Amino acid sequence: MLSRTADHLYWMARYIERAENLARMLEVNYRMSLLPQGPEIVQQSWTATLAIIGLLDAFKQRYDAMTPANAIAFLVFDRDNPMSIHSCVRAARENARAVRGTLTSEIWETLNGTWLEMRLASTRATSDAEVGNFFEWVKHRSHLARGVIQGTMLRDEAWHFTWLGTYLERSDSTARILDVKYHLLLPRGEKAGGATDYYQWSALLHSISAFEIYRRVYRDLITPRRVAELFVLRDDMPRSLRRCMSQTYTHLCALRNAHSAETERRAGELQASLHYGRIEDIFDMGLHEYLMQFLGRTRDLGERVSRDFLVSATD
Amino acid sequence: MGHTPYDEMHAADGRVREHYRAFASWLAKTPVEHVAQKRAEADTLFHRVGITFAVYGEEAGTERLIPFDIVPRIIPAQEWRHLADGLKQRVRALNAFIADIYHDQEILRAGRIPSEQVLCNGQYRPEMQGIDVPGSIYAHIAGIDVVRAGAGEFYVLEDNLRVPSGVSYMLEDRRMMMRLFPELFARHSIAPVEHYPDLLLENLRSVAPSGANDPTVVLLTPGAYNSAYFEHAFLAQQMGIELVEGQDLFVEGEFVYMRTTRGPQRVDVIYRRIDDDFLDPLVFRPDSMLGVPGLLASYRAGRVTIANAIGTGVADDKSIYPYVPEMIRFYLGEAPLLANVPTYVLRRKEDLSYTLANLHELVVKEVHGAGGYGMLIGPTATRGEIEAFRDRILRAPEKYIAQPTLALSACPTFVESGVAPRHIDLRPFVLSGRDVTLVPGGLTRVALHEGSLVVNSSQGGGTKDTWVLEA
Repeated sequence: MLSRTADHLYWMARYIERAENLARMLEVNYRMSLLPQGPEIVQQSWTATLAIIGLLDAFKQRYDAMTPANAIAFLVFDRDNPMSIHSCVRAARENARAVRGTLTSEIWETLNGTWLEMRLASTRATSDAEVGNFFEWVKHRSHLARGVIQGTMLRDEAWHFTWLGTYLERSDSTARILDVKYHLLLPRGEKAGGATDYYQWSALLHSISAFEIYRRVYRDLITPRRVAELFVLRDDMPRSLRRCMSQTYTHLCALRNAHSAETERRAGELQASLHYGRIEDIFDMGLHEYLMQFLGRTRDLGERVSRDFLVSATD
Repeated sequence: MGHTPYDEMHAADGRVREHYRAFASWLAKTPVEHVAQKRAEADTLFHRVGITFAVYGEEAGTERLIPFDIVPRIIPAQEWRHLADGLKQRVRALNAFIADIYHDQEILRAGRIPSEQVLCNGQYRPEMQGIDVPGSIYAHIAGIDVVRAGAGEFYVLEDNLRVPSGVSYMLEDRRMMMRLFPELFARHSIAPVEHYPDLLLENLRSVAPSGANDPTVVLLTPGAYNSAYFEHAFLAQQMGIELVEGQDLFVEGEFVYMRTTRGPQRVDVIYRRIDDDFLDPLVFRPDSMLGVPGLLASYRAGRVTIANAIGTGVADDKSIYPYVPEMIRFYLGEAPLLANVPTYVLRRKEDLSYTLANLHELVVKEVHGAGGYGMLIGPTATRGEIEAFRDRILRAPEKYIAQPTLALSACPTFVESGVAPRHIDLRPFVLSGRDVTLVPGGLTRVALHEGSLVVNSSQGGGTKDTWVLEA
C-alpha cells in the first residue's frame, strides 16, 4: 500500500487511542479529586498528570491556577492544545479523511460522527455530571471505532498498520499512567490501607479497566506490587505492556519488508523481556527507572516504524 | 425559444405528465410531516457520511453540504434513448477532433474551423503534437451539460472534457433516495446507475499502455482540501484503486511508480483529477506541488496513460463549442442528434455588434470561465452591471461568447414555501475506451433561488436524483 496511506492509518489509530487514554487518565483524576482530601493533594495529582504527558509548561503559560476545572478545560476542549481530546479527535478524523477511500465507510462515518458530536460538546457548558458522561462518551466512541475496525476491515496491510499504531500508543499510555500514579500513591499506600488509599488504588485499576480483572486474577487485597505486575507483565491483560508488545511484534512481523529486520528484532527483544521478566527484578531496578527505559524503547520503535514503512520507501 | 419554461412534471394544461403520474400520486398521499422528516434525515445522513464540498474563499477547511432535493427528475425511456445516442455521437466526434488537431489537422486544412481558433488557443498543448495515445481516446470521461428549453427540446450547453466532476453526487443521490423512499423504487422501474464505478474502472483499464497485462490504475487527487476531494476518495474506494497525491508518485527510467510500504510499484493508468497546468512541474507550472516531475516524458514515451489526456481543454473551450456540430458532420458524416445553443462568437465583428446591441437579452460568458463565475445574465442584470460588462467585452471581445437566455426547464422542488418549480440542467457522464458507454441518467442540478438559472453548487445550486424509466 502507499506509504502515505499507511502513515495516515497509523496516526489515525494512535489518535483514537490517545483520546481514549487521555479520557481514562482524566476520569480517574477527576474521580479522585471528588474524594475528601486536601486541595494540595488534588493539585499535586493534576500537576503529575500534566507532567507525564509533557504539558505542564504549556499549561502554566495559559492558566494561572492549577484547578480541576482549568486542567480539564486545557486537556479536553482547548483547541490550541494539540494534545487535548478535542485535538486528538480532530486529528483522528483528519487522518481518516485523508485516506477515506481505504477505510470502510462504517469506519469513516464513525470517526466523522465522533468529530461532529465533539464539536457540539465543546460548545456546551460542562457541569460535573456532564464531564463524567463526557469521559464515558469518549471511551465509548473509541470502543466503537475499534469495534468497527475489527468488524469491517479487510485483513490486509492497512489492518496491520492500524493495530500497530493502536498498540504502540497504548503501551506508551499504560506505562505513563502507571508511572505517575504509582509514585503519587506509594508513600501513602505503604503506611496503611485506609479508605482513601483503597479508592485511589481502585481508581488506578479502573483507569485501564482492570479493577474487575484484578479481582478475578488475584482474589485478594489490592497491593502495589500486584498492580504493577498486572500493568506490566500479564499477557492476558489487554492493556498491559506485555500484551501491547506481543501485539506490536505480531503486526510488525506481518508487515515485514526489506528494511524492517532490525525494527522487528528490537520489538522481539522487548517482547521477550516482558515475556520472561519477573516483577521482583523490575522492583530491584526501580519501577520508575524501568518504565522510563521502556518508554525510551517504544519511542525508538515508533521512530523506526516511520523510517522503515511510512516515509518515502523509494529504494 | 419561448419564455414560459417547460415544466418537467406538468403539461401546459396543468395535467401531470404520464411519466410523473406514479410519483405525483405518491406525493399527494404521503403526509407532509413524513416528507419533512425524511428531508431532515437526508441532511443528517449526508453530514455523517461527509458528502461535502470545500468552498474556496471561505475559512480553510470549510465543508458544506450540497442541498439535496427529494423530488426526482424523471426521464422517460424514449427521451433517454435519443439523448444517449446524441451524447455518444457528440463525444465520438470530440475525441476524433482532439486526435486530429494533435496529428494531421485535417479539419483545419479543410477550413471547417479557423486554424488560429485552435492553434492559438491557450488550451492547445503543443507538447501533445504527434503523440499517439491508446485507442486514440483523449476524453475518457466527459460530462456533457444538457438543458431543456422551449417546448422541451434538449440542447447541449457545455462539453466538460478536462476533469468533469459530480458523478459521486449522482451515485449518492440515488443511494439516498433508495434509503429514504424504498417504496418509490418498488412502484417504478428505474434504470440502475450503481455500476458506474465498474464501468469506469473497466474503461480505464482498457486504455492502459500496450504491454501492461494486469494494469494498475490510480486516481491522482490534489489532496484533502480540494473542493471535490470527497468525490476523488469515493471513486477510488468504489473502484478499489489507490488514491494518490503527486508526492506518492515518481518517475524513473520513463516509468511511473508509487511509493508503497513494500517499495516502488509500477503505475499504468492515472485517472487524474488535477488540471494540465499542475501535472508536471518540469513542463507546465514549475511551482506546482501537486504534480509529478517527469510525468510528461513518461507519458510521451507511452509508458503511462493519463485520463483524461493532456490537452483536451481545447475541445471544451467555449470558443470551440460552436463548431461541435461541424465536427460531427466532418468526422462521422452524420447529422447532429442534439442541438447546440445558438452562440455568438464575439471575435466575429457581426456577432459582437449584435451582442452589444442586445446585452439585456443575452447571457455572456467568458470563454475560459467555469463554475458560473464571470458571466452576465442580461435579463436579470441591472443597468450598471450591463454597462460594466460592456466595457469588459470591448477591452477583449475574443474572450467572450454570447447566447440567448434559455428558458431552462423547471422541475418541482421543495423550497421553504412548499413545492415550487425550479430550473434544472443535467450532466450525464460519457465514458470512452474500447466502447462509448454511459449509465442511464446523470447529475441533475437545480437552481434553488426562485427564477435563478445558475445551478452551480458554488452559487447556491442543489442536486436531485435522476430517474431514467426503463419502459
